[in-house]
Amino acid sequence: MHDFTPVSGLLGGALIGLAAALLMLLTGRIAGVTGIVGGLLQPDIADRSADRSWRIAFIAGLIAAPLIAALFGAPLPRPAMHASLVVIAIAGLLVGFGTRMGNGCTSGHGVCGFARLSGRSIVATFIFMTAAIVTVAIVRHGIGG
Amino acid sequence: MPLFASFVCGLIFGAGLLISGMTDPQKVLGFLDLFGAWDATLAFVMAGAVAVAATGFAIAQRRAAPAFSARFLWPDRNDIDAPLVGGAVLFGIGWGLAGICPGPALVNLAGLSLPIVVFVVAMLAGMIGQNLFGKNLWRRRTLAPRLENPPLPSRADG
Repeated sequence: MHDFTPVSGLLGGALIGLAAALLMLLTGRIAGVTGIVGGLLQPDIADRSADRSWRIAFIAGLIAAPLIAALFGAPLPRPAMHASLVVIAIAGLLVGFGTRMGNGCTSGHGVCGFARLSGRSIVATFIFMTAAIVTVAIVRHGIGG
Repeated sequence: MPLFASFVCGLIFGAGLLISGMTDPQKVLGFLDLFGAWDATLAFVMAGAVAVAATGFAIAQRRAAPAFSARFLWPDRNDIDAPLVGGAVLFGIGWGLAGICPGPALVNLAGLSLPIVVFVVAMLAGMIGQNLFGKNLWRRRTLAPRLENPPLPSRADG
């Protein structure tokens, strides 16, 4: 159904890595989307306005990326999703709760954690990758787990 | 200036997600579907991202301070505890159900399609829920951070 696109994958991946490197070199922060968003929703961190504003700026950049691309003719991202809205809502709850509980997601543990060779992040990444692969196997093929 | 830097980093991060195809849940699910028509692209995205980030982090570790702030806030935890494992399992199940993780969810929000809005609202609710319930479930973690340093570096790996 989807083509294997290693070149755009590597290029896009390099940009993600560049963003993570720059955020650390310029502001001293880890580019973990879960930590950045979650910190906004956590009262003891969100009380500090300086801490809140850089988080909002990063998130604004994420959302601005497709809007700027749209100025150059790219379509806005409206991805096809085959799951029902109920399943999507459950998935969103699990992603939000799980990433905060485990202190990170694909960006914080997967990209930044591997780049730091953090044992915690490498373990977390293997666990969420495995859980996701098993989930897809069950949903799509009724096997695994 | 630090705010502008954060914005630009978010912009580059979002562009990377769009170019790599990782904002398309079908492409992500294609990687996670080992038993179907497997699409290995996500592995190349990770490889490119980790290689560049590791280079940047190596440069950062030889510097005294970041350009626009007082110090580097490196995550400082090494222990593998139950919340790390349990959280990763829950996240993985959700990721496998929808094919979306937090970064692509926010980039996709620009398109305001109904499934994405539902996903993001549920995701934020899940995060708030964890902030509330987490205090009861994992009390020792929430007592620790209020010391001299901001709570962020010791708690957030990402």
